Amino acid sequence: MAVIKVQKLTKNFKDLVAVDRVSLEIEEGECFGLLGPNGAGKTTLVHMITAVSLPTDGDIWVLGKDLRKYPRRIKAMFGVVPQIDNLDAELTVLQNLTTFARYFDIAKDEARRRSMAALNLFRLEGKSGSRIKELSGGMKRRLLLARGLINNPRVLILDEPTIGLDPQSKYLVWQKLRELKGQGVTQLLCTQNMDEAAVLCDRVAIMHRGRVLALDSPKGLVERYVGPKLLEIEVGADQRDSINQELQSRGLDFEDAAGTIQVFHCDADRLAQELEGLSWNLWPRLATLEDVFFRLTGRALVE
Amino acid sequence: MRLPSWRFIRMWQRNRDVFLRLWRSIAPGFIFEPIILLLALGLGFGHFMGVIDGQDYIYFIVPGVIASYVMTSATFECTYGAFFRMEYRRTYDSILATPLNIEDVVAGEIFWGATRSLVTATIILVVAALFQLLPSPWVLLVPVVAVLEGVMFASIGMVFVSLAPSIYSFNYYFTLFIAPITFFSGAFFPLDSFPEAVQVVSSIVPLTPAVELIRALVQGEFHPGLLLSLAYIVLLAGLFFFISMVAMRRRVID
Ligand SMILES: Nc1ncnc2c1ncn2[C@@H]1O[C@H](COP(=O)(O)OP(=O)(O)OP(=O)(O)O)[C@@H](O)[C@H]1O
Ligand SMILES: [Mg+2]
Repeated sequence: MAVIKVQKLTKNFKDLVAVDRVSLEIEEGECFGLLGPNGAGKTTLVHMITAVSLPTDGDIWVLGKDLRKYPRRIKAMFGVVPQIDNLDAELTVLQNLTTFARYFDIAKDEARRRSMAALNLFRLEGKSGSRIKELSGGMKRRLLLARGLINNPRVLILDEPTIGLDPQSKYLVWQKLRELKGQGVTQLLCTQNMDEAAVLCDRVAIMHRGRVLALDSPKGLVERYVGPKLLEIEVGADQRDSINQELQSRGLDFEDAAGTIQVFHCDADRLAQELEGLSWNLWPRLATLEDVFFRLTGRALVE
Repeated sequence: MRLPSWRFIRMWQRNRDVFLRLWRSIAPGFIFEPIILLLALGLGFGHFMGVIDGQDYIYFIVPGVIASYVMTSATFECTYGAFFRMEYRRTYDSILATPLNIEDVVAGEIFWGATRSLVTATIILVVAALFQLLPSPWVLLVPVVAVLEGVMFASIGMVFVSLAPSIYSFNYYFTLFIAPITFFSGAFFPLDSFPEAVQVVSSIVPLTPAVELIRALVQGEFHPGLLLSLAYIVLLAGLFFFISMVAMRRRVID
């Protein structure tokens, strides 16, 4: 049974359709990624799944239970790390965790024990008595992560958890998320970081303008939309037409993007050899999720 | 309509912890101000007022000061305080992702507001007792009225929070609602000598029944009309409590 199942989920803000009839199933124990440009609707989708915001239309089921009917029981299983810092600025760092534990009915001693462990894990033990405004941006992020784990959640919902973290902290978080996955914790991860999605996620959905455009494993997406390897050709102004012509005559799938032409779904190494004589500046390289992202959502900024 | 559960206590505890951490910085508003007002009005101004309703002015205003500060304690907490947590700190969003629903959060805010009312009433009562301004043992029931009054004004405040476009809206709430209410309630001076119209308004404003009940308990003098006052407070408190549940759900979860 799917841990989270959303069906034709829609959210309107006045005239704007922020999430447009999205259907997804997230399986037990998987890490499910949501990728998409700014304003794609990722956070809005997550808000609906965590009952912070009510859907305009559609259904959400968690372990077969309707979120509308059993919100408390379902939310008790969730650990949520929001995109926007909503730490309790009127409480200390430690109180933020113990107070949160209390929302989950965790007894006082246990709450304290878990809070200290979480602070240690995210290297905030020296800050337990500090006020929130005394933390740096990255420390706040780490505290949000610690808070999201306080109830030993069965399902983790993370909205850009590593944004603003230094490489050490990011690595630490990735490790922890992998470890949690090993323990069977299901994860829903919104991210702008393609490496993060590629490294952590079993499956990735690419969202754009409120809709899911593609859904597969990172490898599957790369193979389907760009091929495992691609060829990049640097174009000078006077070469553009001739290169375009040559590639067209070979019936290749290519895209002309800001000074570089990318050829997809080709045997990049062989093609590089074949084109060697033309004195173009070109190189084959491994395709990434980012290439898929650009192909599906375009290179222009949205709005 | 959805109802709050016992989990509202978690929100109440959260507010209590913040209060215990910060009470020194908010003490001027809820400890010194009412005491200063009580003494300044009662002892200073009282000389010019002479005897009212057969008693020194200071005896007259003790219940008025209690009722009006009970109102402002709950109101501050459930207007500026609640709006700030909801819109600026995003505290509600963080709590809504836990087993608490919006109704629990709102009920926690309201009962915390009423708790602030209780604290304020108790402090003023203790000071009044030290100055031997409390002639009747019935005064021991004043905290009960303070809690009821607190729930009523906290709930009215929360309904306004659900409608307020910005935090500045509460300036209107205080100047156009709370200040006139204080005037019309007869908390600080009797309204007998004012025109008929004033007394009609007075009988409607929600602070009036609280002033009457607290005054009766402080002085130990009762009449049947007080039952009506009590009923009015309970009715308004209940009504606005339930309206605030629906209105806040619409505002926060949309
Ligand atoms: N409370 C709101 N009221 C009105 N419009 C909103 C609200 N929240 C989000 N939107 C709009 O909904 C759309 C989706 O926003 P959302 O925050 O879900 O995007 P996102 O995919 O999380 O983007 P980002 O990567 O920037 O976090 C945007 O066009 C945004 O302007
Ligand atoms: Mg977002």
